[in-house]
Amino acid sequence: MDVEILSRIQFAFTIAFHYIYPPLSIGLGLIMVIMESLYLKTGNKEYELLAKFWTRIFALTFGIGVATGIVMEFEFGTNWATYSRYVGDVFGSALAAEGIFAFALESGFLGVLLFGWNRVKPWVHWVATMGVFLGSMFSAVWIVIANSWQQTPAGFHVVGEGMEARAEITDFWEMVFNPSSMDRLIHTWQGAFLAGAFLVLSVHAYYLRKGRFVEISKKAFRIALVVATIFSLSQLVSGHSSANGVAENQPAKLAAFEGHFEASAPGDMYLFGWVDKESQQVWGIKIPGGLSFLLDYRFDTPVTGLNAFAERDRPSQINAVFQFYHIMISIGMFLIALTLFACYKWYRGDLFETKWLLWVFSFSVILPQVANQVGWYAAEMGRQPWVVYGLLRTSDALSKSVTENQVLFSLIMFFFIYTLLLLLFLYLLNKKIKHGPYDEEEDNDLPFQREVAQSFSNPK
Amino acid sequence: METLAGIDYPTLWFLVVGGLFSGYAILDGFDFGAGAWHLFFNQEKSRRLALNAIGPVWDGNEVWLVIGGGALFAGFPVMYATLLSGMYIPFMLFLMFIIFRAVSIEFRSKEEMAWWRKMWDISYSVSSIVLPFLLGIVLGNVLLGLPIGENFEYEGGGFFTFLNPFALMVGTSTLALMMSHGAIYLLLKTEGRMYAKLTVLLKKGMIFFMVSFGITSLYTLIYIPHLSDTFRNQPVLFIVPLLVFLSIANVPRLSSKKKYGQAFFFSSLTISLLLVLVAIELYPNLLVSTLDPQYTITVYNAAASDKSLGIMLTFAAIGTPLVIGYTTFVYLTFRGKVKIDEMSY
Ligand code: HDD
Ligand code: HEM
Ligand code: HEM
Repeated sequence: MDVEILSRIQFAFTIAFHYIYPPLSIGLGLIMVIMESLYLKTGNKEYELLAKFWTRIFALTFGIGVATGIVMEFEFGTNWATYSRYVGDVFGSALAAEGIFAFALESGFLGVLLFGWNRVKPWVHWVATMGVFLGSMFSAVWIVIANSWQQTPAGFHVVGEGMEARAEITDFWEMVFNPSSMDRLIHTWQGAFLAGAFLVLSVHAYYLRKGRFVEISKKAFRIALVVATIFSLSQLVSGHSSANGVAENQPAKLAAFEGHFEASAPGDMYLFGWVDKESQQVWGIKIPGGLSFLLDYRFDTPVTGLNAFAERDRPSQINAVFQFYHIMISIGMFLIALTLFACYKWYRGDLFETKWLLWVFSFSVILPQVANQVGWYAAEMGRQPWVVYGLLRTSDALSKSVTENQVLFSLIMFFFIYTLLLLLFLYLLNKKIKHGPYDEEEDNDLPFQREVAQSFSNPK
Repeated sequence: METLAGIDYPTLWFLVVGGLFSGYAILDGFDFGAGAWHLFFNQEKSRRLALNAIGPVWDGNEVWLVIGGGALFAGFPVMYATLLSGMYIPFMLFLMFIIFRAVSIEFRSKEEMAWWRKMWDISYSVSSIVLPFLLGIVLGNVLLGLPIGENFEYEGGGFFTFLNPFALMVGTSTLALMMSHGAIYLLLKTEGRMYAKLTVLLKKGMIFFMVSFGITSLYTLIYIPHLSDTFRNQPVLFIVPLLVFLSIANVPRLSSKKKYGQAFFFSSLTISLLLVLVAIELYPNLLVSTLDPQYTITVYNAAASDKSLGIMLTFAAIGTPLVIGYTTFVYLTFRGKVKIDEMSY
């Protein structure tokens, strides 16, 4: 294997692993803010208990998110040196903004969020929670803008030639509001909210099935269900808007999403299928003209197909892109159906008596996770062979000085560390969930009395 | 070229990056240092105290690395690309240990078993020792210069080219400096038996630093004379090494009077001044090519455009007060000696 393949595997592996955690941190952040706000508003200790419980789980996802995030920042320099020289002028300011405005806010308040419960007043603690949550939202802003600039470059000009060529910024706001950034930012945020909400739903559904922590689990479940329903629905809207953007700015990618080969013909939309690259056929169930309809509300509008591009200018892994894209959409549709049905049950009043539904919720935590992952795979693999769309090829973006052995070494190293991390994460997550929000041996209302007693014995 | 107060943008950004690096070295320095001593504490209680002394702040400290790295990337993309790809192995090891360190802090307290805690204690302490050492090694290589060729590509090849005597010496001195810095921080945060033990450890740390720093300085003067060129050309600058010397001397003096707050200040000042020294030795170069001077990376040929630097200087102007604001808030919230409660590690 050569340096290019190894570096790509390494980048894809490290970032995909990283991306397990940020969506959970961002999503749980939102839920914690809601819980703490309810506590401040109602004074009901149950909400505080919930907020504390989810803070402990948040600490776990956040910790691993931070530890694995630094890796990619370094990889830009270590493995993608030519890319770094090329994009540094444009992309750097987005990364610098991320550091100054987002990460500093996040981790500045993190200490108070995690350790400050007995040290500061409840409203100050609320401010800290809000700070961490907003910080994590902002960090998504800048990193997604940077990535979107790679997809749809704007606000720059190219200076120099050949290996010396670099992109230089000409208009900061044009770079920030490049054609795809806002659609993708909203889509990514919402994907994160869904990941967090479904973790909460899953855990409390599990308690409800087991008859543990019943009262507070009902409260938590309702909060998360509202969040999940809203964002499942709006995810369809932002996803549709993204697809329109892709059609306009990255036609080769859109064609790969639906396996559309003919250079110019109405496009079909598949519910599922299998792409045979050799015969340029897709086997599966389709809505003829569906893709055309999605883009133009007419079934016969021609859509640019893959054959309109030279072989070397279009993605090579068409079937993979197709599958990833369709898995995401199927999951999106399923989440909409699931949350709407649960809301109907809630309205009917028998939500918590419907055991099978609670079972479904217990397992559905995996779905937004998968959708988030495959969404990125589709977006990134659909961009190939370019690392900066239309400007810099992935194969040119490498570090020329790095050798195969070096990358192999680091790849194996990351593989072992991350396997260990994942096992630890799952083990501890499971342990925290098994233990629950408070010690059960005592009566349900005892923990509150104990806390009240504590607050008298060490006044702060 | 655009200027501000008579200083051109690349130079200004060089100062910003330098400021961020020294902030990082001071802040993560004390928690690396605290971690390096970890195995010297024998009791479970002292180890927990030591961990909780850095508990609420270490993550925020690490952000300075993220920001400093981002600032170098954004301001001097060429430098970032060449340095990181050239020093591939040390940076990958750095990543490995920084992950292990974060994970050890998070996971140690999650189980009661003695073997579990011991395992994480060892991994935490070893990574806290290796990390400043690796940073020192990279710094040593930057001071020496690297074989850089056409298109500013590193041409050293090989797996272990980053290892050389000078880099090892700088690495050792960095570790020693962080260890005494960390011991002073822990002294500020603890009391009782742990405090008594730390006073002894601090003495050892200071001796370790003086010896390794003395050897490194001598070696530099004798074998790498070009690093002192700037001082020979502009003798006024000799004030900086003098200040370094005075600042270092203040640390043991104040420590022996148990004025650890002030000692911590001077220890931090020493770290910054040493970096100022490095900056003077290098500027306007960032990375000297040992192959051909035309490939030497300087603040000018590595810099982003004035437009980009201008944007980022604006960011820095808006962001810095904010960052200082909430950093102060956190340190004030957790001031005083460590207490352990239900949310502690
Ligand atoms: C949608 C959001 C998102 C995406 C697409 C990424 N990240 Fe991330 N990252 C976060 C959202 C996030 C976060 C929510 O802010 C983190 C994750 C876990 C955490 O808890 O903070 C974080 C942590 C984090 C850190 C540690 C920050 C700290 O010390 O506090 C770094 C250096 C990065 N990330 C860098 C990256 C890079 C270089 C990425 C892409 C190439 C990337 N992240 C993708
Ligand atoms: C600023 C953000 C990002 C940058 C600069 C970036 C850049 C890159 C680079 C340099 C590669 C390697 C070349 C290639 O094979 O395409 C890559 C591939 C990849 N990235 Fe991104 N990426 C970013 C965000 C993300 C995110 C957040 C994910 C989410 C998981 C992601 C997923 C992937 C995947 C799966 C690949 C492999 C694609 C392939 O090998 O064909 N990327 N990206
Ligand atoms: C419901 C129907 C959905 C549609 C029509 C849709 C559409 C899209 C499209 C077109 C893209 C590619 C954008 C680009 O390459 O620029 C995309 C990417 C993505 N999708 Fe979806 N999506 C849907 C549901 C979901 C769900 C439920 C999630 C997660 C919970 C999700 C997470 C993502 C992520 C993380 C990306 C990569 C980031 C980005 O490019 O925006 N999507 N989606």
